Formats: sequence, C-alpha cells, structure tokens
Amino acid sequence: MSVITKASQSAVYDDGVVRGFAIMSVIYGVVGMLVGVIIAAQLTWPELNMGIEWLSYGRLRPLHTNAVIFAFGGCVLFASSYYVVQRTCHTKLFLNKLAWFTFWGWNLVIVAAVVTLPMGLTQGKEYAELIWPIDLLIAVVWVSYAVVFFGTVGIRKVRHIYVANWFFGAYIIAVALLHIFNNIQIPTSATHSYSVYAGVQDAMMQWWYGHNAVGFFLTAGFLGMMYYFIPKQAQRPVYSYRLSILHFWSLIFIYIWAGPHHLHYTSLPDWAQTLGMTFSIMLWMPSWGGMINGLMTLSGAWDKLRTDPVIRMMVVAIAFYGMSTFEGPLMSIRAVNALSHYTDWTIGHVHSGALGWVGFISFGAIYCLVPWLWKKDRLYSNQLVEWHFWIATTGILLYICAMWVSGIMEGLMWREYTPQGFLANSFVETVAAKHVENVIRMVGGLMYLAGALIMSYNLWRTVRLPSPASAAATPAPALIPAE
Amino acid sequence: MKNIWKKHGVLERRSTLLTVVILMVVSVGGLVEIAPLFYLESTIEKVKGVRPYTPLELAGRDIYIREGCYSCHSQMIRPLRDEVERYGHYSLAAESMYDHPFQWGSKRTGPDLARVGGKYSDDWHRDHLIDPRSVVPESVMPPYAFLAGRQLEQKDIEAKLWAMTRVGVPYTQDMIDNAKADLQTQADPFAPARDFKGRYGDAVLQRDFDGDPTRLTEMDALIAYMQMLGTLVDFSTYQAEAPENLR
Repeated sequence: MSVITKASQSAVYDDGVVRGFAIMSVIYGVVGMLVGVIIAAQLTWPELNMGIEWLSYGRLRPLHTNAVIFAFGGCVLFASSYYVVQRTCHTKLFLNKLAWFTFWGWNLVIVAAVVTLPMGLTQGKEYAELIWPIDLLIAVVWVSYAVVFFGTVGIRKVRHIYVANWFFGAYIIAVALLHIFNNIQIPTSATHSYSVYAGVQDAMMQWWYGHNAVGFFLTAGFLGMMYYFIPKQAQRPVYSYRLSILHFWSLIFIYIWAGPHHLHYTSLPDWAQTLGMTFSIMLWMPSWGGMINGLMTLSGAWDKLRTDPVIRMMVVAIAFYGMSTFEGPLMSIRAVNALSHYTDWTIGHVHSGALGWVGFISFGAIYCLVPWLWKKDRLYSNQLVEWHFWIATTGILLYICAMWVSGIMEGLMWREYTPQGFLANSFVETVAAKHVENVIRMVGGLMYLAGALIMSYNLWRTVRLPSPASAAATPAPALIPAE
Repeated sequence: MKNIWKKHGVLERRSTLLTVVILMVVSVGGLVEIAPLFYLESTIEKVKGVRPYTPLELAGRDIYIREGCYSCHSQMIRPLRDEVERYGHYSLAAESMYDHPFQWGSKRTGPDLARVGGKYSDDWHRDHLIDPRSVVPESVMPPYAFLAGRQLEQKDIEAKLWAMTRVGVPYTQDMIDNAKADLQTQADPFAPARDFKGRYGDAVLQRDFDGDPTRLTEMDALIAYMQMLGTLVDFSTYQAEAPENLR
C-alpha cells in the first residue's frame, strides 16, 4: 500500500523547467483549442477560410491535432513527469541543464510545426505530419528527455520506484520506438520526403504508431498523472497496489496490438485485423482496472467531490476515461466498425477521450501544480474552477452527443437502400444532413475553449497572489512508494 | 501468488531492469503484427496493370498530400455492399503498393476517392476545385482556386523519382532521366508521346487537364492524378474469389 507522510525536510527541487512547461501548456492549450473551433466552424460554414490556402481545413486540421496532442499534451506531460519524478525519487533532476534543453527544443519543435503545417509542408501521415528535419529534432529532444527522466530515477534516494514513474517511463520508451519507426523517410529536399513504407505496410506501421500515440502519449503518460495527483489532492493512498501492477503490465502489453482496428475491412490481411480486434476488446479490462484504481482512491474522501472542484475535475476525467475505453473496444468490433468507420462517431469518440480524459486530468494537474510551484497556499478562485468545470463539461457533452448523432446517422444513410434495391442517399445528402450537428459541435468546442480561458485567467491571478508569510507553509506531503 | 507480488518488488527497485522489461513488453505486439507483412507473399495480390505514377501524377499526388486531402477523403473502398455499389470494386492492396506514403485516410467528410478516376470530366474537376459549391451546392469543401494560377514546380521531379527507386518503386533510369520531359508531355496533347507511352503504357492519359494550354499548373497535376485513381487494374479479368487472391 502506498501511504502518504509529511516530508520531514523539504528538499530543494529543480522546478524552473516545470514552471516553464506549465506556462507553455496553458498557452498551447488555448491556441490548439482555438484552431479546433476554427476548423469546426469551417465544416459548418466552408466560406470561412476565405479562399486563403494557409487557412484551409486540410492544412489547419494537422495544426489542431499537433497543437493539442504534442504541444498542449506534451507540455503537461513534461511538466508533470519532471515534477513527479523529483518528488517520488526525493532528488533533484538528473542534469537540469539537459531538462532545460528539452524545454527549448520542444518549444522549437512546436514553433516549427506552427510555421510549416499551414505552409503545406507535411509527410502526409496522420499525427506524424511534421517534416523530417523536425522529426530529427523531436528524436534528439526525446532522447534527452529519457536521459533526464531515467537518470533521475537512477539517482533516487528511495528504494522503490513509485507507480506513476512506471507509467511515465513506459510512455517515454514507447513513444521513442513509435516515433522512430513510423518516421523513417527518404528525403528529396530539405522540406520534403517519402515514407520508406508503401501501401499496406505503411498503413499498418502508421496505425501501430497512431493508436499507440493514443495508448502511450495520451493514456500511459496521463495515467502517471492520475497515480500522483489524485492521491495527493485527495490525501488518500492509491486504492490497490496489486491492481496497479496488473493495470500497468496488461495495459502496456495489450495496447501495442490494437492498431489494426483502424484498418478493418481494408486491404490489410484478415489475420492482422483479427489480432487487432481481439486485443482491442481485451484492452477494455486493463483500462477499467485502472479506472477503478483511480476512482476508489477516493474511498473515504468522497465528500471532497462537493468541496474541491479540482478533485471533481479529475474524477470526471476518470469517468470519461472509463466511458471512452468502453466505447473504443466496442467500435473495434468489425461489425460495429463497418458502421462507425469513416464517420463522425470516430471524431466523437476521440474527443470524449481527449476533452474528457486527457483535458480534464491535465487541467486537474495544472490546478494542483500552479499553487505548489509558485508557493501559494491556494488557487485564486475555486469559484472560477467551478465555472470552468461546468462550462467545459457541458461543452464536451454537446460535442460528443452531436457526433454520436451525426456519425451514426451518416453511417446508416450511406448504407440505406430503397425498397427497389437502390442506394437511398447520394453522398452529399449525408453531408447536408449533418449541418445542425456540426453547429452544435462547434458550440461545444467553443464552450470548452471558454473554460480554458477562465482557467488561464484564474492561474494568472494565482501566480500574482501574495506569497504566504512562510514559503514552507505549503504542505508538501510526499508519496512513499509501496514497500 | 504471494510470491509474484513479492517478485515484482525486484522490478520496482532496479530502474535498468524495469526499463529493459518495459521495452521488451511493448515490442511484442508490433513485431508480431508488422514484421510478417514485409515477407508474407500473400500480403499483396498479384495483379496486372499496377504501375508507378507518371511524373505528372506523382507531382499531383504530392499536391494532394500537401493540401491534406486525406483529412476528409479516404482512398480505401471496403468490401461492403453499399460501398462497392457507390464507389466500385473494393480496393486491393496491390493498388497502393507504390504509395509512399499510403493515403487510405480515416474519415469521409467527403466521398471516397479510390476510384474517382474517369468518373467526372476534367472541366468538372477544375470547376469543383476552384469553387466546390458551383457544382455541388451542399459541399463543405474549401475552394482551391489558387491551384489554377500556380505554375507547377518541376525542378525536384528527378530527385523524387530517384528517391522512390530507393524504397522499391520500379522506376527505370530511363524514366528518371526523362522525368521532366514526360511531365510536360503528359499535359500537352500535341506533344509526341511515343517514348512517354513506351515508358508508362498506352493507357496513360495525355491531355491539357486544367483547360489552360498556356501553362502547366498545379491544377494540371492534381487533376491528372485524380483522373487515374483506381483505373489501373482491369477488374473484368481479376478473379476476386480465386484462392491466391484471398487473404
């Protein structure tokens, strides 16, 4: 069992780089969500790109995905992993200067992405659009990240490695593998290259990468956050040590197989599709094991759901995690996938995971981190967290419900036959039928963005709060890993 | 059982061991699912007709990729009744065997394009790309009018063909040496075509795709690419149910 004790003496940690990543995560979050709202509006009113090539949907969509996943999500992961690994290893960062290199390197990657993607410089692979020179920079930054993280674990002053660090470690290793193998390219110029893989092999490689960008970048890494910030904020130990072990190993083993469910009924051989489907369904169990471990950590502290909106945000994140990890295996069944694939249902599924799980657990972690990092005894306003919570939750529900309706509707319309045996709908009729749902989706996204803006204001005011008389007034309970 | 939990403590105390075990555990799935696709001969059907893209088609494909068309258009027809009736014969692995990268896509905000070749006239494509709503009023596609006004970049074309040969696309030295000439020939209906068709086959399309004979534009290249999509395999002779084609 993990237990919580007060740290006897407050060690001095390297928090400068954590503060840097925390600030950038908020900025990139707002920018990435804004681009998302813009392209949602373009799907509703296509005139909105005004004929400007840099603002066309095909170029902005990769900017949106890269900004929210790798810029926002990435910065939250860097900040939280650097923070957590120091606290749970009772030591400073291994090579703080190298950690600062990862900060500047990662920001350079993001700036390069913001410049190149609207220019149409792309590799043409989803979530791996960035061109080869940027990919090289990512690889260098990522290796440095691994050196800092594993180096810090290596010089820890406690015997056991805390469970959050298993998840952070697995995410760093897996993302390195995925990034390197999926981005092997042959350059034709300084800004253009071709994938060495073609057709069916490229498709399998891409979705091995794509699905595990979800599984490791957006899941394992954020589970690391769950295993630290929820016990910490709730002042309760992690529910079950053994469940953590089961959760960890089964999750990282099974996730990596799930990629082919993106390729059902395609030219990918059936044996690979079947493997992908089987493991996707199996994945339901470790996912829910983790959800239970996170939720039950609140045993004895459920009253905090009423009093602490930050806890509530993280608990709702776990609820969305449970929902989308049930929906995912469901959609990976070939018969269901025949209907859902290529439709808005997939978009809704992704966003219930991204907005509900990744977004909310990130907001929760940031709300915890900012007062701790800037040595304040509280957030500027819990009331504003309440507003953020309710506006964003309503936004997510509008978004995903609209996408369920439009996705299932278009899937059914595509396969609808007249009594005479003809296809009932032309393709464009299904486009026109989705207009209202697209408007609702955009409103949902706008609400989610509004919530993030409220958070930004709240955090800014928190940083500007007068510091408490004694810096040590901030309680810094340390998590002692399992013995 | 108790021992297992105890043994796990070994991993929790040794960071290098933990790292190595994680690496091994996350490698299994990828190895089992991906590696066989590179050597199992049954992965890609043997079909007649699939050829490398002509230089103009390849340039058009690069524009297709640059504009992120795959965000909204798939190129993968599934073997489902409605899809086969709406779009044509389901897609074969062989049809994308020279696609670096693949463009199967994952979303149909617009229709599938795997067999769009020959379905519409060049004029329709040009009008549609310049202003989608002029021909499809309900469309939500952005306009791509700038393609018609922009000269096609030709200087990298030999390097692109050469790079393709490095990753297994069977372009000959002859094709690489004549890449620029072939690119211009294909968009000019009055250019002598014997050598060009000798290299890429008699069925290859040769005409002024964008309706502007004075210039070779990005519109020419993109329409040339779209007009050949899905047209290479002769499905009147392809035996989908033959044992060698079942995978």
